[in-house]
Amino acid sequence: MPEADQSLVIKGGRVIDATGERDADVLIAAGEIVEVGPGLKAERELDASGCVVSPGLVDLHVHLREPGGEDAETIETGARAAALGGFTAIVAMPNTEPPHDEPSVVASVLAAGARSLCDVHAAGCITEGRAGTALAPMGELHALGVRIFTDDGACVDRAGVMRRALEYARSLPGAVVAQHAEDSSLADGGHMHEGEWSSRLGIAGRPAIAESAVVARDCLLAEATGARVHFLHLSTAVALDMVRGAKARGLAVTAEAAPHHFTLTDAACASFDPAFKVHPPLRSDADVAAVKQGLADGTIDAIATDHAPHAVETKERPFEEAPPGMLGLETALAVTITELVGPGVLTMAEALALLSWRPAAVAGMTQHGQPVAAGAPANVCVIDPALTWEVDPSRLASKSRNTPYSGRALTGRVRHTVLRGTPVVVDGEPCR
Amino acid sequence: MKHLLSIADFDRDELETLLALSEDFLHVTEREIPKVPALRGKVVVSLFYEDSTRTRISFETAAKRLSCDVMSFSVGSSSVSKGEGLRDTVQTIAAMGIDAVVVRHSAAGAPARVASWIDASIINAGDGSHEHPTQALLDLLTLRRSRGSDLSGLRVGIVGDIVNSRVARSLVLGLDTLGAATTLIAPPTLLPPTLDGWPADSTHDLDELLPELDVLYLLRIQRERKSADRLPSLREYTTRWGLTVERAKRLKPDTLVMHPGPMNRGVEIAAEVAEGPASLITEQVTNGVAVRMAVLYTLLGSGAQVA
Repeated sequence: MPEADQSLVIKGGRVIDATGERDADVLIAAGEIVEVGPGLKAERELDASGCVVSPGLVDLHVHLREPGGEDAETIETGARAAALGGFTAIVAMPNTEPPHDEPSVVASVLAAGARSLCDVHAAGCITEGRAGTALAPMGELHALGVRIFTDDGACVDRAGVMRRALEYARSLPGAVVAQHAEDSSLADGGHMHEGEWSSRLGIAGRPAIAESAVVARDCLLAEATGARVHFLHLSTAVALDMVRGAKARGLAVTAEAAPHHFTLTDAACASFDPAFKVHPPLRSDADVAAVKQGLADGTIDAIATDHAPHAVETKERPFEEAPPGMLGLETALAVTITELVGPGVLTMAEALALLSWRPAAVAGMTQHGQPVAAGAPANVCVIDPALTWEVDPSRLASKSRNTPYSGRALTGRVRHTVLRGTPVVVDGEPCR
Repeated sequence: MKHLLSIADFDRDELETLLALSEDFLHVTEREIPKVPALRGKVVVSLFYEDSTRTRISFETAAKRLSCDVMSFSVGSSSVSKGEGLRDTVQTIAAMGIDAVVVRHSAAGAPARVASWIDASIINAGDGSHEHPTQALLDLLTLRRSRGSDLSGLRVGIVGDIVNSRVARSLVLGLDTLGAATTLIAPPTLLPPTLDGWPADSTHDLDELLPELDVLYLLRIQRERKSADRLPSLREYTTRWGLTVERAKRLKPDTLVMHPGPMNRGVEIAAEVAEGPASLITEQVTNGVAVRMAVLYTLLGSGAQVA
């Protein structure tokens, strides 16, 4: 392919990575960054004037729906949406049909991902069928490159099972067990946050304690087993406080938060529009403030979208009958810039850390999030931090339309994305 | 006013006007030919996704008494059972040229969603555990006819499965608009998670409050909404919160007893009490048609005087 052989220079941007910030051109050849500095030239140029040049973003939590749910998204369309969002790596969640509890399923996901516009990693199930009882073949999945194990969509409710999974994961280098912290016996039957708004709307709630009770228990299990634990999509002040305390005690606990949990509250459900239905649900003002605080003070390690496509007609059902979940890949960066960087909650560097190199570290990815320097893999994104745009669901690359930000004006947009030295997004358009 | 989705859609004047209009329609229903041409030519569709013969017939009767053309859709008899979604169903109906849709659905907010998809007036006939505005209206009319048009200061106790009750929410909102004071009386597991948005206070102790109430409104323990799962047993519920014959004796002589129906005789109310002199239960049913006529007339009428 001619493109891959061409040398490429990203010109005139401001490079921001874990080592700092500097105005510099970035020269790329044969899939690697060759040089970073002023006045560089190459066979092909990507203009980055006025833009930030960052290591490619990394999303630890994406539902690609393939196999089994291809009417909502495929690996190809999800990866395209990811690339447009500046992501060079994503972790595909295992709640597909069949789920990622079998090496053959994971192998086929990785093969499809290899042909796509993003580096698709696969999470593996903790338990067979995500049923929460018998351990999945974690070792066989680990041999295929799986590092994150989760039953996401479902919580591992039984402490005994979670304990066995944590203990066993200690024998798998780089592995981390990731929990969807929502106790089924407390949350099941609920459709939104249990609180003032669920009381007003007559909709059964999913209480905050469903999350915090599991986080408390699993921090204790992490301590008892000496294993790493990662908490998916944390949404409550109390759970974040527990993670803060666990980290202060030196436990190997990490956490992620989704953009909708630092931008939207349960009040959004007053319209009964299922665009705002998600598990864990949109919560109170105090919880949103706590998520922002957690992002600012290091308690939260990653912004992860929990990109959850659903076919249009399923999100047109009444609120209680619609499936939970929101799109996120194409809006995460812009939402972060608009709601956190703009108002000064985070610096751009801190935001990029949460979107790129810190999630890469959680997942043990060595090819992503690396400092933009000679010898590093050329997985890079170019961001226009000042471009304003309006979210139009019909113009998203995802196969689905269920974004909660429809009609919103956002600031910040990806201009180019480079994957393994090849441009996959140029001037905001995917290359294929 | 285009839709009736919640009792909170009315302010005090609008509510009192509608109740007065309902009294006028009550007189119409008592005539030999209980029909007026007020809404002739208007097409009203009843779209009932939940089983409810009495409410649907009440609405359809109300529409016919106003000379509307009435179409009736219930789940199972239509393409809904073939998997057609709610949006497609209402848009198909709307394409036939209609003026109002009366929607009953097991999901909160379904009528609100319908209102966002089509042009017709939408009337909420009960949406999940959210609201049942016309039930509250007929309850308020019943109280008004018994106690006079000024309900301010009236002390009302609502007993039972509050958390799952759309009737309770609408009634509390309506009573608050008219200046009455409501207490929710239930075991802790049947109260909403917070009282935010409920202009009422609460207690677990029915016996203590009983002698102070002007109105005792009983809710059915809803087996289909699994209220029984939140209780140790129905027997225990009856012992602690049921309107037994013994408790009925401790009511004030003029305390009114109400129930939205259908009743579980022997659970929330003793059979003898349901038929007793304090009970307004049959009047509630009668008043339903008049109140629904008033709602249809308010939403679809030209504002001219009722015949």
